[in-house]
Amino acid sequence: MKALRPSHVAAAALGGSLLLAFAAVLGLSWGASTIGLGDVIRALFYDDAPAATADIVLRIRLPRVVLGALVGACLATAGALFQALLRNPLADPYVLGVSGGAALGGVAAIALGGGFGLVAAASPVFAFAGALAVTALLFALGSGHGRLASTHLLLTGVVFNAFASALIVFMASMAGLVEATQIFVWLIGHLAGARAAVLPWLALFTALGLLGALSQGRALNLLTLGEETAAQLGVSAERARRRVLLSGSLLVGAAVSVSGLIGFVGLIVPHALRLTLGSDHRLLLPSAALVGASFLVVCDALARSALPGRELPVGAITALVGGPIFLWLLRRQALRGWLT
Amino acid sequence: MSDALRIDDVSIRLGGRPVLDAVRLEVRPGEVVGILGPNGAGKTTLLRIAAGTLRPDRGDVWLGERRIHAMSERERARQLAVVPQSTTLPFPFRVGELVLMGRAARLGWLGFEGPADLAAARAALERVGIAHLADRSVLEISGGERQLAVVARALAQEPATLLLDEPTAFLDLRHRLEVLAAVREHAAAGGSALLVSHDLGLVARDCDRLVLLAEGRAVAQGTPAEVLAPEPLRRVFGIEATVIEGPDGRPLVVPRAPV
Repeated sequence: MKALRPSHVAAAALGGSLLLAFAAVLGLSWGASTIGLGDVIRALFYDDAPAATADIVLRIRLPRVVLGALVGACLATAGALFQALLRNPLADPYVLGVSGGAALGGVAAIALGGGFGLVAAASPVFAFAGALAVTALLFALGSGHGRLASTHLLLTGVVFNAFASALIVFMASMAGLVEATQIFVWLIGHLAGARAAVLPWLALFTALGLLGALSQGRALNLLTLGEETAAQLGVSAERARRRVLLSGSLLVGAAVSVSGLIGFVGLIVPHALRLTLGSDHRLLLPSAALVGASFLVVCDALARSALPGRELPVGAITALVGGPIFLWLLRRQALRGWLT
Repeated sequence: MSDALRIDDVSIRLGGRPVLDAVRLEVRPGEVVGILGPNGAGKTTLLRIAAGTLRPDRGDVWLGERRIHAMSERERARQLAVVPQSTTLPFPFRVGELVLMGRAARLGWLGFEGPADLAAARAALERVGIAHLADRSVLEISGGERQLAVVARALAQEPATLLLDEPTAFLDLRHRLEVLAAVREHAAAGGSALLVSHDLGLVARDCDRLVLLAEGRAVAQGTPAEVLAPEPLRRVFGIEATVIEGPDGRPLVVPRAPV
Protein backbone atom coordinates (compact mmCIF):
# COMPACT_ATOMS: atom_id res chain seq x y z
CA MET A 1 0.00 0.00 0.00
CA LYS A 2 1.25 3.44 -0.91
CA ALA A 3 -0.03 6.87 -0.01
CA LEU A 4 -0.19 9.65 -2.56
CA ARG A 5 2.73 12.05 -2.09
CA PRO A 6 2.95 15.66 -3.28
CA SER A 7 5.83 14.49 -5.48
CA HIS A 8 3.45 12.21 -7.38
CA VAL A 9 1.23 15.18 -8.15
CA ALA A 10 4.26 17.20 -9.23
CA ALA A 11 5.39 14.39 -11.52
CA ALA A 12 1.93 14.17 -13.10
CA ALA A 13 1.87 17.94 -13.55
CA LEU A 14 5.26 17.84 -15.22
CA GLY A 15 4.21 15.02 -17.54
CA GLY A 16 1.00 16.84 -18.40
CA SER A 17 2.90 20.05 -19.09
CA LEU A 18 5.24 18.27 -21.48
CA LEU A 19 2.24 16.79 -23.25
CA LEU A 20 0.68 20.22 -23.50
CA ALA A 21 3.91 21.71 -24.88
CA PHE A 22 3.98 19.00 -27.51
CA ALA A 23 0.32 19.63 -28.39
CA ALA A 24 0.97 23.37 -28.60
CA VAL A 25 3.80 22.89 -31.08
CA LEU A 26 1.48 20.71 -33.12
CA GLY A 27 -1.23 23.37 -32.93
CA LEU A 28 1.18 26.07 -34.06
CA SER A 29 2.52 23.95 -36.87
CA TRP A 30 -0.72 22.56 -38.35
CA GLY A 31 -3.37 24.61 -40.12
CA ALA A 32 -4.26 25.88 -43.55
CA SER A 33 -0.54 25.75 -44.28
CA THR A 34 1.90 23.53 -42.45
CA ILE A 35 4.77 25.36 -40.77
CA GLY A 36 7.89 23.37 -39.96
CA LEU A 37 9.01 22.79 -36.39
CA GLY A 38 12.12 24.88 -36.97
CA ASP A 39 10.10 27.91 -38.10
CA VAL A 40 7.68 27.52 -35.16
CA ILE A 41 10.55 27.57 -32.71
CA ARG A 42 12.27 30.47 -34.51
CA ALA A 43 9.03 32.46 -34.42
CA LEU A 44 8.49 31.70 -30.74
CA PHE A 45 11.94 32.09 -29.27
CA TYR A 46 14.11 33.89 -31.83
CA ASP A 47 13.27 36.89 -33.94
CA ASP A 48 14.55 35.54 -37.23
CA ALA A 49 11.56 33.70 -38.75
CA PRO A 50 10.16 35.09 -42.03
CA ALA A 51 7.72 37.90 -41.18
CA ALA A 52 4.69 36.18 -42.73
CA THR A 53 5.41 32.93 -40.88
CA ALA A 54 5.98 34.75 -37.60
CA ASP A 55 2.66 36.51 -38.10
CA ILE A 56 0.78 33.26 -38.62
CA VAL A 57 2.44 31.57 -35.66
CA LEU A 58 2.24 34.43 -33.17
CA ARG A 59 -0.82 36.42 -34.19
CA ILE A 60 -3.15 33.79 -35.63
CA ARG A 61 -2.29 30.41 -34.22
CA LEU A 62 -0.87 31.22 -30.78
CA PRO A 63 -4.06 32.90 -29.47
CA ARG A 64 -6.01 30.02 -30.92
CA VAL A 65 -3.82 27.45 -29.18
CA VAL A 66 -4.12 29.33 -25.88
CA LEU A 67 -7.89 29.46 -26.34
CA GLY A 68 -8.06 25.74 -27.05
CA ALA A 69 -5.86 24.91 -24.07
CA LEU A 70 -7.95 27.02 -21.68
CA VAL A 71 -11.26 25.65 -22.94
CA GLY A 72 -9.95 22.07 -22.88
CA ALA A 73 -8.65 22.49 -19.32
CA CYS A 74 -12.01 23.91 -18.23
CA LEU A 75 -14.07 21.14 -19.79
CA ALA A 76 -11.95 18.20 -18.61
CA THR A 77 -11.65 19.54 -15.06
CA ALA A 78 -15.36 20.32 -14.88
CA GLY A 79 -16.07 16.81 -16.12
CA ALA A 80 -13.97 15.27 -13.35
CA LEU A 81 -15.67 17.53 -10.78
CA PHE A 82 -19.23 16.76 -11.81
CA GLN A 83 -18.54 13.04 -12.12
CA ALA A 84 -17.34 12.97 -8.53
CA LEU A 85 -20.09 15.27 -7.29
CA LEU A 86 -22.83 13.21 -8.91
CA ARG A 87 -21.02 9.97 -8.04
CA ASN A 88 -21.33 8.87 -11.62
CA PRO A 89 -18.20 8.20 -13.69
CA LEU A 90 -20.23 8.77 -16.85
CA ALA A 91 -21.52 12.24 -16.00
CA ASP A 92 -20.80 14.99 -18.48
CA PRO A 93 -19.75 18.54 -17.55
CA TYR A 94 -22.91 19.63 -19.30
CA VAL A 95 -25.27 17.38 -17.39
CA LEU A 96 -26.15 19.86 -14.65
CA GLY A 97 -27.81 22.28 -17.04
CA VAL A 98 -25.10 24.89 -16.63
CA SER A 99 -24.33 24.51 -20.30
CA GLY A 100 -28.01 24.83 -21.14
CA GLY A 101 -28.09 28.15 -19.33
CA ALA A 102 -24.90 29.30 -21.01
CA ALA A 103 -26.13 28.18 -24.41
CA LEU A 104 -29.43 29.92 -23.87
CA GLY A 105 -27.66 33.15 -22.95
CA GLY A 106 -25.26 32.93 -25.86
CA VAL A 107 -27.91 32.03 -28.40
CA ALA A 108 -30.21 34.76 -27.14
CA ALA A 109 -27.43 37.28 -27.75
CA ILE A 110 -26.91 35.97 -31.29
CA ALA A 111 -30.60 35.71 -32.15
CA LEU A 112 -31.75 38.96 -30.62
CA GLY A 113 -28.49 40.83 -31.10
CA GLY A 114 -29.50 42.69 -34.25
CA GLY A 115 -32.80 43.84 -32.86
CA PHE A 116 -31.34 45.32 -29.70
CA GLY A 117 -28.24 46.78 -31.30
CA LEU A 118 -25.94 44.30 -29.56
CA VAL A 119 -22.84 43.06 -31.30
CA ALA A 120 -21.84 39.42 -31.47
CA ALA A 121 -19.14 40.21 -28.90
CA ALA A 122 -21.89 40.32 -26.28
CA SER A 123 -22.60 36.62 -26.61
CA PRO A 124 -19.83 35.40 -24.24
CA VAL A 125 -21.09 37.81 -21.58
CA PHE A 126 -24.66 36.60 -22.02
CA ALA A 127 -23.54 32.98 -22.04
CA PHE A 128 -21.60 33.45 -18.85
CA ALA A 129 -24.53 35.18 -17.21
CA GLY A 130 -26.71 32.26 -18.27
CA ALA A 131 -24.31 29.77 -16.67
CA LEU A 132 -24.22 31.73 -13.42
CA ALA A 133 -28.00 32.06 -13.35
CA VAL A 134 -28.41 28.30 -13.64
CA THR A 135 -25.80 27.77 -10.92
CA ALA A 136 -27.75 30.07 -8.62
CA LEU A 137 -30.87 28.08 -9.43
CA LEU A 138 -29.08 24.81 -8.66
CA PHE A 139 -27.88 26.20 -5.32
CA ALA A 140 -31.41 27.23 -4.44
CA LEU A 141 -33.04 23.97 -5.49
CA GLY A 142 -30.32 21.53 -4.51
CA SER A 143 -29.49 22.71 -1.02
CA GLY A 144 -30.94 21.37 2.17
CA HIS A 145 -32.00 18.00 0.82
CA GLY A 146 -29.23 16.08 2.49
CA ARG A 147 -28.92 12.68 0.97
CA LEU A 148 -31.06 13.48 -2.05
CA ALA A 149 -28.88 16.35 -3.09
CA SER A 150 -26.97 14.79 -5.99
CA THR A 151 -30.08 13.17 -7.47
CA HIS A 152 -31.86 16.49 -7.21
CA LEU A 153 -29.01 18.30 -8.92
CA LEU A 154 -28.92 15.74 -11.70
CA LEU A 155 -32.64 15.81 -12.41
CA THR A 156 -32.79 19.59 -12.19
CA GLY A 157 -30.00 19.75 -14.74
CA VAL A 158 -31.58 17.26 -17.14
CA VAL A 159 -34.89 19.05 -17.05
CA PHE A 160 -33.30 22.44 -17.42
CA ASN A 161 -31.23 21.32 -20.41
CA ALA A 162 -34.34 20.06 -22.16
CA PHE A 163 -36.13 23.30 -21.40
CA ALA A 164 -33.20 25.37 -22.66
CA SER A 165 -32.95 23.37 -25.91
CA ALA A 166 -36.62 24.01 -26.58
CA LEU A 167 -36.09 27.74 -26.16
CA ILE A 168 -32.97 27.59 -28.34
CA VAL A 169 -34.83 25.80 -31.12
CA PHE A 170 -37.56 28.39 -30.84
CA MET A 171 -35.09 31.27 -31.13
CA ALA A 172 -33.21 29.63 -33.98
CA SER A 173 -36.50 29.22 -35.86
CA MET A 174 -37.34 32.87 -35.36
CA ALA A 175 -33.88 34.15 -36.26
CA GLY A 176 -32.64 35.02 -39.72
CA LEU A 177 -30.55 32.64 -41.81
CA VAL A 178 -27.21 34.16 -40.81
CA GLU A 179 -28.03 34.01 -37.12
CA ALA A 180 -29.42 30.49 -37.44
CA THR A 181 -26.14 29.32 -38.99
CA GLN A 182 -24.19 31.01 -36.21
CA ILE A 183 -26.38 29.30 -33.65
CA PHE A 184 -25.87 25.94 -35.34
CA VAL A 185 -22.07 26.26 -35.31
CA TRP A 186 -22.20 27.46 -31.73
CA LEU A 187 -24.19 24.43 -30.59
CA ILE A 188 -21.65 22.05 -32.16
CA GLY A 189 -18.85 23.96 -30.50
CA HIS A 190 -16.01 25.77 -32.21
CA LEU A 191 -12.95 27.86 -31.41
CA ALA A 192 -13.04 30.13 -34.46
CA GLY A 193 -15.36 32.82 -33.18
CA ALA A 194 -13.61 34.02 -30.03
CA ARG A 195 -11.69 37.28 -30.16
CA ALA A 196 -8.24 37.60 -28.65
CA ALA A 197 -9.66 40.21 -26.29
CA VAL A 198 -11.61 37.54 -24.37
CA LEU A 199 -8.47 35.53 -23.59
CA PRO A 200 -7.45 37.43 -20.41
CA TRP A 201 -10.99 37.05 -19.06
CA LEU A 202 -11.12 33.42 -19.98
CA ALA A 203 -7.73 32.89 -18.34
CA LEU A 204 -8.92 34.62 -15.19
CA PHE A 205 -12.08 32.52 -14.82
CA THR A 206 -10.23 29.35 -15.73
CA ALA A 207 -7.62 30.08 -13.07
CA LEU A 208 -10.28 30.78 -10.44
CA GLY A 209 -12.22 27.66 -11.34
CA LEU A 210 -9.09 25.49 -11.36
CA LEU A 211 -7.90 26.82 -8.00
CA GLY A 212 -11.32 26.14 -6.52
CA ALA A 213 -11.33 22.66 -8.02
CA LEU A 214 -7.80 21.70 -6.95
CA SER A 215 -8.46 22.80 -3.37
CA GLN A 216 -11.28 20.26 -3.14
CA GLY A 217 -9.37 17.20 -4.35
CA ARG A 218 -9.34 15.35 -1.04
CA ALA A 219 -12.91 16.38 -0.20
CA LEU A 220 -14.02 15.03 -3.59
CA ASN A 221 -12.48 11.64 -2.85
CA LEU A 222 -14.66 11.45 0.24
CA LEU A 223 -17.73 12.87 -1.49
CA THR A 224 -17.68 9.95 -3.93
CA LEU A 225 -18.56 7.78 -0.91
CA GLY A 226 -21.74 9.81 -0.45
CA GLU A 227 -22.33 12.95 1.54
CA GLU A 228 -23.26 11.15 4.72
CA THR A 229 -20.10 9.07 4.78
CA ALA A 230 -17.99 12.06 3.76
CA ALA A 231 -19.33 14.00 6.71
CA GLN A 232 -18.70 11.06 9.05
CA LEU A 233 -15.11 11.00 7.86
CA GLY A 234 -14.68 14.66 8.74
CA VAL A 235 -15.51 16.67 5.61
CA SER A 236 -18.02 19.51 5.72
CA ALA A 237 -19.91 17.86 2.89
CA GLU A 238 -22.39 20.65 2.28
CA ARG A 239 -19.67 23.29 2.03
CA ALA A 240 -17.46 21.12 -0.17
CA ARG A 241 -20.39 20.42 -2.48
CA ARG A 242 -21.09 24.13 -2.88
CA ARG A 243 -17.45 24.88 -3.66
CA VAL A 244 -17.27 22.11 -6.22
CA LEU A 245 -20.51 23.24 -7.83
CA LEU A 246 -19.34 26.83 -7.99
CA SER A 247 -15.91 25.94 -9.40
CA GLY A 248 -17.41 23.57 -11.95
CA SER A 249 -19.95 26.14 -13.06
CA LEU A 250 -17.26 28.79 -13.44
CA LEU A 251 -15.26 26.42 -15.62
CA VAL A 252 -18.19 25.34 -17.77
CA GLY A 253 -19.53 28.88 -18.04
CA ALA A 254 -16.15 30.21 -19.12
CA ALA A 255 -15.67 27.46 -21.69
CA VAL A 256 -19.17 27.54 -23.16
CA SER A 257 -19.25 31.31 -23.36
CA VAL A 258 -16.31 31.43 -25.77
CA SER A 259 -16.65 28.16 -27.62
CA GLY A 260 -20.22 26.88 -27.52
CA LEU A 261 -20.98 23.28 -26.64
CA ILE A 262 -17.87 21.21 -27.29
CA GLY A 263 -18.73 17.68 -26.26
CA PHE A 264 -16.79 14.59 -25.12
CA VAL A 265 -13.70 16.38 -23.73
CA GLY A 266 -15.16 16.44 -20.24
CA LEU A 267 -16.31 12.86 -20.56
CA ILE A 268 -13.41 10.90 -22.04
CA VAL A 269 -10.40 12.78 -20.61
CA PRO A 270 -11.25 12.27 -16.91
CA HIS A 271 -12.47 8.80 -17.72
CA ALA A 272 -9.29 7.70 -19.46
CA LEU A 273 -7.26 9.22 -16.64
CA ARG A 274 -9.23 7.36 -13.99
CA LEU A 275 -8.31 4.15 -15.78
CA THR A 276 -4.61 4.97 -15.92
CA LEU A 277 -3.88 7.10 -12.83
CA GLY A 278 -6.54 5.79 -10.46
CA SER A 279 -9.36 7.54 -8.69
CA ASP A 280 -7.58 9.96 -6.35
CA HIS A 281 -8.80 13.45 -7.25
CA ARG A 282 -5.71 15.13 -5.83
CA LEU A 283 -3.86 13.57 -8.75
CA LEU A 284 -6.74 13.37 -11.19
CA LEU A 285 -7.80 17.03 -11.26
CA PRO A 286 -4.47 18.65 -12.26
CA SER A 287 -3.86 15.84 -14.74
CA ALA A 288 -7.32 16.28 -16.26
CA ALA A 289 -6.71 20.01 -16.71
CA LEU A 290 -3.43 19.47 -18.57
CA VAL A 291 -4.50 16.46 -20.62
CA GLY A 292 -7.82 18.12 -21.47
CA ALA A 293 -5.94 21.20 -22.66
CA SER A 294 -3.63 19.06 -24.80
CA PHE A 295 -6.50 17.01 -26.21
CA LEU A 296 -8.49 20.02 -27.35
CA VAL A 297 -5.43 21.76 -28.84
CA VAL A 298 -4.71 18.67 -30.92
CA CYS A 299 -8.37 18.29 -31.96
CA ASP A 300 -8.43 21.92 -32.98
CA ALA A 301 -5.25 21.48 -35.03
CA LEU A 302 -7.01 18.61 -36.79
CA ALA A 303 -10.13 20.73 -37.30
CA ARG A 304 -8.07 23.47 -38.94
CA SER A 305 -6.07 21.20 -41.22
CA ALA A 306 -8.39 18.28 -42.07
CA LEU A 307 -10.15 19.94 -45.01
CA PRO A 308 -8.16 22.09 -47.47
CA GLY A 309 -9.24 25.69 -47.53
CA ARG A 310 -11.83 25.49 -44.77
CA GLU A 311 -12.20 24.68 -41.14
CA LEU A 312 -14.36 22.16 -39.28
CA PRO A 313 -15.99 23.06 -35.96
CA VAL A 314 -13.76 21.48 -33.32
CA GLY A 315 -16.86 20.06 -31.62
CA ALA A 316 -17.31 17.80 -34.65
CA ILE A 317 -13.74 16.51 -34.25
CA THR A 318 -14.05 15.86 -30.50
CA ALA A 319 -17.28 13.96 -31.15
CA LEU A 320 -15.77 11.97 -34.04
CA VAL A 321 -12.65 11.11 -32.03
CA GLY A 322 -14.37 10.91 -28.65
CA GLY A 323 -17.34 8.75 -29.58
CA PRO A 324 -15.40 5.61 -30.48
CA ILE A 325 -12.90 6.12 -27.65
CA PHE A 326 -15.76 6.44 -25.23
CA LEU A 327 -17.45 3.26 -26.44
CA TRP A 328 -14.17 1.43 -26.09
CA LEU A 329 -13.64 2.72 -22.56
CA LEU A 330 -17.20 1.81 -21.69
CA ARG A 331 -16.74 -1.74 -22.89
CA ARG A 332 -13.47 -2.13 -21.05
CA GLN A 333 -15.07 -0.83 -17.95
CA ALA A 334 -18.14 -3.03 -18.20
CA LEU A 335 -15.81 -6.01 -18.46
CA ARG A 336 -14.06 -4.98 -15.27
CA GLY A 337 -17.33 -4.75 -13.39
CA TRP A 338 -17.01 -1.01 -12.90
CA LEU A 339 -20.56 -0.47 -14.12
CA THR A 340 -23.15 -2.31 -12.13
CA MET B 1 -9.57 6.72 28.43
CA SER B 2 -12.33 8.12 26.31
CA ASP B 3 -15.61 9.83 27.08
CA ALA B 4 -18.94 8.12 27.44
CA LEU B 5 -21.48 8.41 24.62
CA ARG B 6 -24.85 9.33 26.08
CA ILE B 7 -28.08 9.34 24.09
CA ASP B 8 -30.37 11.43 26.19
CA ASP B 9 -34.12 11.29 25.73
CA VAL B 10 -33.95 11.33 21.94
CA SER B 11 -37.10 11.54 19.82
CA ILE B 12 -37.45 12.02 16.09
CA ARG B 13 -40.19 11.93 13.48
CA LEU B 14 -39.32 11.15 9.89
CA GLY B 15 -41.83 11.71 7.13
CA GLY B 16 -44.48 12.55 9.73
CA ARG B 17 -44.08 9.17 11.44
CA PRO B 18 -42.56 8.88 14.93
CA VAL B 19 -39.41 6.76 14.54
CA LEU B 20 -37.77 7.14 17.93
CA ASP B 21 -39.52 8.02 21.15
CA ALA B 22 -37.60 9.15 24.23
CA VAL B 23 -34.68 6.74 23.83
CA ARG B 24 -32.01 6.86 26.50
CA LEU B 25 -28.85 4.86 26.52
CA GLU B 26 -25.25 5.21 27.52
CA VAL B 27 -22.11 3.55 26.24
CA ARG B 28 -19.25 3.83 28.70
CA PRO B 29 -15.56 3.46 27.90
CA GLY B 30 -14.60 -0.19 27.73
CA GLU B 31 -18.12 -1.25 26.86
CA VAL B 32 -19.70 -2.86 23.80
CA VAL B 33 -23.44 -2.25 23.66
CA GLY B 34 -25.69 -4.04 21.18
CA ILE B 35 -28.95 -2.73 19.76
CA LEU B 36 -31.48 -5.37 18.80
CA GLY B 37 -34.90 -5.05 17.31
CA PRO B 38 -37.13 -6.07 14.44
CA ASN B 39 -36.96 -4.38 11.04
CA GLY B 40 -38.23 -0.81 11.19
CA ALA B 41 -37.69 -0.49 14.94
CA GLY B 42 -35.48 2.58 14.47
CA LYS B 43 -32.05 0.99 15.00
CA THR B 44 -30.34 2.60 12.03
CA THR B 45 -31.97 5.95 12.79
CA LEU B 46 -30.67 5.74 16.35
CA LEU B 47 -27.17 5.05 15.08
CA ARG B 48 -27.34 7.95 12.60
CA ILE B 49 -28.42 10.27 15.40
CA ALA B 50 -25.58 8.99 17.59
CA ALA B 51 -23.19 9.71 14.71
CA GLY B 52 -24.39 13.31 14.49
CA THR B 53 -25.71 12.69 10.97
CA LEU B 54 -29.36 13.18 11.88
CA ARG B 55 -30.51 15.83 14.30
CA PRO B 56 -33.19 14.62 16.72
CA ASP B 57 -36.38 16.64 17.19
CA ARG B 58 -35.93 16.36 20.93
CA GLY B 59 -33.09 15.31 23.19
CA ASP B 60 -29.34 15.36 22.72
CA VAL B 61 -26.39 13.13 22.14
CA TRP B 62 -23.44 13.79 24.42
CA LEU B 63 -19.85 12.75 24.08
CA GLY B 64 -18.48 13.40 27.54
CA GLU B 65 -19.42 17.00 28.25
CA ARG B 66 -19.99 18.00 24.64
CA ARG B 67 -23.03 17.87 22.42
CA ILE B 68 -22.41 15.85 19.25
CA HIS B 69 -24.37 18.29 17.15
CA ALA B 70 -22.30 21.24 18.33
CA MET B 71 -19.09 19.62 17.10
CA SER B 72 -17.68 20.13 13.61
CA GLU B 73 -17.54 17.18 11.20
CA ARG B 74 -13.79 17.06 11.66
CA GLU B 75 -13.96 16.96 15.47
CA ARG B 76 -16.65 14.31 15.32
CA ALA B 77 -14.68 12.14 12.90
CA ARG B 78 -11.79 12.05 15.37
CA GLN B 79 -14.08 10.77 18.13
CA LEU B 80 -16.60 8.62 16.29
CA ALA B 81 -16.26 6.20 13.42
CA VAL B 82 -19.28 4.79 11.61
CA VAL B 83 -19.56 1.50 9.76
CA PRO B 84 -22.72 1.88 7.69
CA GLN B 85 -25.01 -0.96 6.70
CA SER B 86 -23.99 -0.80 3.08
CA THR B 87 -21.59 1.24 1.04
CA THR B 88 -21.89 2.07 -2.62
CA LEU B 89 -18.61 2.90 -4.27
CA PRO B 90 -18.94 4.36 -7.76
CA PHE B 91 -15.20 4.72 -8.39
CA PRO B 92 -12.48 2.05 -8.40
CA PHE B 93 -10.44 3.27 -5.44
CA ARG B 94 -7.95 0.77 -4.14
CA VAL B 95 -8.71 -0.87 -0.80
CA GLY B 96 -5.70 0.85 0.74
CA GLU B 97 -6.93 4.24 -0.49
CA LEU B 98 -10.38 3.60 0.98
CA VAL B 99 -8.88 2.75 4.36
CA LEU B 100 -6.60 5.80 4.24
CA MET B 101 -9.72 7.95 3.82
CA GLY B 102 -10.35 7.13 7.46
CA ARG B 103 -7.44 9.45 8.23
CA ALA B 104 -9.05 12.46 6.55
CA ALA B 105 -9.90 14.24 9.80
CA ARG B 106 -6.31 13.98 10.98
CA LEU B 107 -4.47 15.35 7.95
CA GLY B 108 -2.79 18.73 7.74
CA TRP B 109 -3.97 21.50 5.46
CA LEU B 110 -2.15 20.15 2.40
CA GLY B 111 -4.13 16.96 2.84
CA PHE B 112 -1.51 14.29 2.18
CA GLU B 113 -1.13 11.21 4.36
CA GLY B 114 2.10 10.72 6.30
CA PRO B 115 3.86 7.67 7.79
CA ALA B 116 1.62 7.66 10.88
CA ASP B 117 -1.47 7.53 8.66
CA LEU B 118 -0.02 4.70 6.60
CA ALA B 119 0.85 2.79 9.75
CA ALA B 120 -2.68 3.18 11.13
CA ALA B 121 -4.20 2.05 7.84
CA ARG B 122 -1.90 -0.96 7.61
CA ALA B 123 -2.63 -1.98 11.19
CA ALA B 124 -6.37 -1.70 10.51
CA LEU B 125 -6.13 -3.81 7.35
CA GLU B 126 -4.18 -6.46 9.21
CA ARG B 127 -6.61 -6.40 12.12
CA VAL B 128 -9.51 -7.46 9.89
CA GLY B 129 -7.31 -9.81 7.89
CA ILE B 130 -7.35 -8.17 4.46
CA ALA B 131 -3.83 -6.75 4.22
CA HIS B 132 -3.35 -8.81 1.05
CA LEU B 133 -6.16 -6.84 -0.65
CA ALA B 134 -4.58 -3.40 -0.10
CA ASP B 135 -3.79 -2.81 -3.77
CA ARG B 136 -6.97 -4.32 -5.23
CA SER B 137 -9.79 -2.17 -6.58
CA VAL B 138 -12.77 -1.94 -4.23
CA LEU B 139 -14.97 -2.85 -7.20
CA GLU B 140 -13.15 -6.11 -7.89
CA ILE B 141 -13.43 -7.62 -4.41
CA SER B 142 -16.46 -9.37 -2.92
CA GLY B 143 -19.20 -7.64 -0.95
CA GLY B 144 -17.93 -9.17 2.28
CA GLU B 145 -14.38 -8.05 1.62
CA ARG B 146 -15.67 -4.54 0.90
CA GLN B 147 -17.47 -4.60 4.24
CA LEU B 148 -14.22 -5.59 5.94
CA ALA B 149 -12.47 -2.71 4.19
CA VAL B 150 -15.07 -0.32 5.58
CA VAL B 151 -14.53 -1.75 9.07
CA ALA B 152 -10.80 -1.25 8.56
CA ARG B 153 -11.45 2.35 7.52
CA ALA B 154 -13.36 2.91 10.77
CA LEU B 155 -10.51 1.37 12.81
CA ALA B 156 -8.00 3.56 10.96
CA GLN B 157 -9.89 6.60 12.23
CA GLU B 158 -8.66 5.61 15.71
CA PRO B 159 -11.92 6.80 17.23
CA ALA B 160 -13.02 6.71 20.84
CA THR B 161 -16.37 5.23 19.85
CA LEU B 162 -17.27 2.83 17.07
CA LEU B 163 -20.80 2.88 15.69
CA LEU B 164 -21.53 -0.21 13.63
CA ASP B 165 -24.70 -0.91 11.67
CA GLU B 166 -24.94 -4.64 11.00
CA PRO B 167 -21.23 -4.86 10.28
CA THR B 168 -21.31 -8.63 9.93
CA ALA B 169 -24.37 -8.99 7.70
CA PHE B 170 -22.43 -10.04 4.58
CA LEU B 171 -19.57 -11.81 6.29
CA ASP B 172 -18.69 -15.47 6.59
CA LEU B 173 -18.41 -17.00 10.06
CA ARG B 174 -14.70 -16.53 10.45
CA HIS B 175 -14.81 -12.87 9.46
CA ARG B 176 -17.79 -12.24 11.77
CA LEU B 177 -15.74 -13.45 14.69
CA GLU B 178 -12.76 -11.47 13.43
CA VAL B 179 -14.72 -8.20 13.27
CA LEU B 180 -16.27 -8.72 16.69
CA ALA B 181 -12.84 -9.57 18.10
CA ALA B 182 -11.56 -6.27 16.70
CA VAL B 183 -14.48 -4.46 18.35
CA ARG B 184 -13.76 -6.20 21.67
CA GLU B 185 -10.11 -5.28 21.38
CA HIS B 186 -11.09 -1.67 20.76
CA ALA B 187 -13.17 -1.72 23.96
CA ALA B 188 -10.41 -3.43 25.93
CA ALA B 189 -8.12 -0.55 24.96
CA GLY B 190 -10.55 1.88 26.59
CA GLY B 191 -12.78 2.62 23.61
CA SER B 192 -16.48 1.95 23.32
CA ALA B 193 -18.77 0.55 20.67
CA LEU B 194 -22.45 0.67 19.80
CA LEU B 195 -23.49 -2.12 17.51
CA VAL B 196 -26.69 -2.87 15.62
CA SER B 197 -27.10 -6.53 14.73
CA HIS B 198 -29.60 -9.24 13.94
CA ASP B 199 -27.12 -11.92 14.89
CA LEU B 200 -28.31 -12.97 18.36
CA GLY B 201 -25.47 -15.41 18.83
CA LEU B 202 -22.86 -12.80 18.19
CA VAL B 203 -24.35 -10.06 20.36
CA ALA B 204 -24.93 -12.51 23.21
CA ARG B 205 -21.30 -13.51 23.07
CA ASP B 206 -19.60 -10.16 22.55
CA CYS B 207 -21.81 -7.38 23.98
CA ASP B 208 -21.67 -6.26 27.59
CA ARG B 209 -25.18 -4.88 27.46
CA LEU B 210 -28.08 -5.09 25.06
CA VAL B 211 -30.84 -2.65 24.24
CA LEU B 212 -34.03 -4.01 22.76
CA LEU B 213 -35.70 -1.50 20.47
CA ALA B 214 -39.33 -1.86 19.37
CA GLU B 215 -41.37 0.74 17.52
CA GLY B 216 -38.91 3.45 18.44
CA ARG B 217 -38.81 2.67 22.16
CA ALA B 218 -36.11 1.04 24.20
CA VAL B 219 -38.28 -1.66 25.74
CA ALA B 220 -35.56 -3.58 27.53
CA GLN B 221 -31.98 -2.94 28.54
CA GLY B 222 -29.60 -5.13 30.41
CA THR B 223 -27.06 -7.91 30.21
CA PRO B 224 -27.49 -10.46 27.41
CA ALA B 225 -28.91 -12.95 29.92
CA GLU B 226 -31.53 -10.43 31.03
CA VAL B 227 -32.58 -9.28 27.57
CA LEU B 228 -32.36 -12.53 25.60
CA ALA B 229 -35.16 -14.27 27.50
CA PRO B 230 -38.20 -15.98 25.97
CA GLU B 231 -40.66 -13.33 27.14
CA PRO B 232 -38.97 -10.21 25.64
CA LEU B 233 -38.18 -12.14 22.44
CA ARG B 234 -41.85 -13.07 22.06
CA ARG B 235 -42.99 -9.53 22.76
CA VAL B 236 -40.52 -7.74 20.49
CA PHE B 237 -39.69 -10.14 17.68
CA GLY B 238 -42.91 -12.13 17.74
CA ILE B 239 -41.12 -15.48 17.97
CA GLU B 240 -41.18 -18.49 20.21
CA ALA B 241 -37.66 -19.22 21.26
CA THR B 242 -35.87 -21.53 23.60
CA VAL B 243 -32.98 -19.97 25.45
CA ILE B 244 -30.28 -22.22 26.85
CA GLU B 245 -27.05 -21.47 28.60
CA GLY B 246 -24.03 -21.79 26.39
CA PRO B 247 -20.68 -23.23 27.46
CA ASP B 248 -19.37 -19.70 28.18
CA GLY B 249 -22.33 -18.93 30.44
CA ARG B 250 -23.88 -16.65 27.82
CA PRO B 251 -27.44 -17.25 26.61
CA LEU B 252 -27.96 -19.18 23.37
CA VAL B 253 -31.19 -18.40 21.55
CA VAL B 254 -32.82 -21.13 19.51
CA PRO B 255 -35.70 -19.60 17.50
CA ARG B 256 -38.59 -22.05 17.10
CA ALA B 257 -41.58 -20.47 15.36
CA PRO B 258 -43.32 -17.17 14.74
CA VAL B 259 -46.00 -16.50 17.31
